[in-house]
Amino acid sequence: MSDPSSESAAGRSHIAYRAISGVGSITRDQASRLVSILSFVGGVTYLFYDALVWAFRGVFQSRIRFGWPALVHQMVRVGVRSISIVFLVQIFIGMILALQMAPTLQSYGQLERVADVVGIAVVRELGPLLTGIVLSGFAGASIAAEIGAMVEAEEIKALRAHALNPVRFLVTPRVLATAGMIVVLTVMADYIGVFGGFLTSVFILDVPPSLYVNLTLDALKMTDFVTGLVKACVFGAVIALIACYEGLNVSGGAEGVGRATTATVVKSIVALIGIDAMFTAVFYALGI
Amino acid sequence: MASARGSATDLAISVRDVVKEFPTGDGGVIRVLDGVTFDIRRGETLVIMGGSGCGKSTLLNCLIGEYSVNGGHILFFTKNMREPADIALMDEDGLNELRKRYGILFQSGALFGSMTLAENVALPLIEHSYVDASIIDIVVTLKLQQVKMLAHRNKMPSQLSGGQKKRAGLARATALDPEILFYDEPSAGLDPVTSAAIDELMMDLSRKLRVTSVVVTHEMDSAFRIADRMVMLDKGRVLKIGDRCEFERIRDADPGTLDGRDERLMHQFLRGASEGPITDADGMTEFEKLIIAGE
Ligand SMILES: Nc1ncnc2c1ncn2[C@@H]1O[C@H](COP(=O)(O)OP(=O)(O)OP(=O)(O)O)[C@@H](O)[C@H]1O
Ligand SMILES: [Mg+2]
Repeated sequence: MSDPSSESAAGRSHIAYRAISGVGSITRDQASRLVSILSFVGGVTYLFYDALVWAFRGVFQSRIRFGWPALVHQMVRVGVRSISIVFLVQIFIGMILALQMAPTLQSYGQLERVADVVGIAVVRELGPLLTGIVLSGFAGASIAAEIGAMVEAEEIKALRAHALNPVRFLVTPRVLATAGMIVVLTVMADYIGVFGGFLTSVFILDVPPSLYVNLTLDALKMTDFVTGLVKACVFGAVIALIACYEGLNVSGGAEGVGRATTATVVKSIVALIGIDAMFTAVFYALGI
Repeated sequence: MASARGSATDLAISVRDVVKEFPTGDGGVIRVLDGVTFDIRRGETLVIMGGSGCGKSTLLNCLIGEYSVNGGHILFFTKNMREPADIALMDEDGLNELRKRYGILFQSGALFGSMTLAENVALPLIEHSYVDASIIDIVVTLKLQQVKMLAHRNKMPSQLSGGQKKRAGLARATALDPEILFYDEPSAGLDPVTSAAIDELMMDLSRKLRVTSVVVTHEMDSAFRIADRMVMLDKGRVLKIGDRCEFERIRDADPGTLDGRDERLMHQFLRGASEGPITDADGMTEFEKLIIAGE
């Protein structure tokens, strides 16, 4: 390599090579990202199918008992731990919304309409969504960590070795419990959020209490309430499924469990918002 | 080498040309088990030995149906089945039927952390035996007594020591009176006294329950204590299978009198090179190099 001209030629071709292989590796990275996203979605969907099959078998086949104690245990765990945070978040959201909307509505001379805005926003959107986000931090993370630790301690292998299906024993009760409890929590969240708006309106904006209540009741229809709860139920199932999927696929010791926990929270929140967008589009198109 | 001596009825498991490959990161595969063939006789205690990374755990996982094999057959001869069952060809339901007939003691005990010891032992009985709760309670008491853990029946697994967890895991593994017991490194991580106690327990169970035991272990002392026969694996192949006394002969012999590279390799290993033949990047073990250098 003593000839300088050949060296610079080699240098140039090296740069060209790097540029080409750089483009190649970007597309290859994109392709492998796409593959991993697809396999994640496929895996979670299959887990959902599997969990449902075991739920039905448990209910309809006498040979397979339905794990009521496990379900109740999980419901208590999911619900009780997150209830105070859901309260806190919702009451502040209600208060904030009312304050934020007040100047605009006042400029139209309709300050009392704060009640409508808060009611619709909380019941249709913020109640279910924020409860879902709180639950992905509480229930989702703890489910992923718990199942991940079980994988590491060979407990999942032991279940299979005793001819006991891990999906039936672990996934089904967690999915049903989370989907059920999030509906209960969302009902509470709806009331609390509206109450937060009520507090601000009555004590800061001087809206008469009875007027606020009447306007809220007039503004909200049953469909608003139900669409919110349907969304919440789907959110709950998705959070638990993602958490179980991440937990069951843990590898690499304590660090792997940590990764699974983080991944659960991040993926759940992205999934919730994506699903929320789809629901909203569908409800809008159907005029619900 | 292994041969199907005797009639099929005194066989418990027949492993035939088992191949297991894992995908590597770059799209290729590594072959971890490469044509493993041997028989496990009914009622015997067979110890599977070999250096780190030779494929012992992989073989055990194939035997219990946790991994599917890429080639070959694993035939189970269970008592009330006329035909042997090939787990390489089985679906999940068939596998589950078979799983009820064998028990496994995992390396860490693998007790279910959310249940007490008694509940751990009771779970297989509740799910698979369809007997009364009072009878299950009696069986649980019996099984815990067998492993001397009755005093701890209402403790959670997190309150137990490593050796106690293994004993409790053994009680759970024997809950359904299995025909075959698999042990994954039963003495790993235990002090010599506890490890000897576990060995005693294993021999006791194998005598009392007349089970076939398949043990994967590193520990030479323990292996020679419990084994009726031994299998030596190296780089995914069976180096030797034979009675314990044959292995004792190789272990105690003067290296000069041993014939063949394999025997010298085993001699080294059995003399307590606890890590065993570690395969290098060039595919040669440390011992092979030593032997080649010596010749
Ligand atoms: N799931 C897997 N994916 C890829 N390679 C694996 C996997 N499991 C094991 N291997 C490889 O297979 C080889 C044998 O592994 P195995 O765990 O069976 O060894 P071992 O004999 O049990 O060793 P040790 O005594 O250290 O436990 C190793 O080289 C290991 O890297
Ligand atoms: Mg191993």
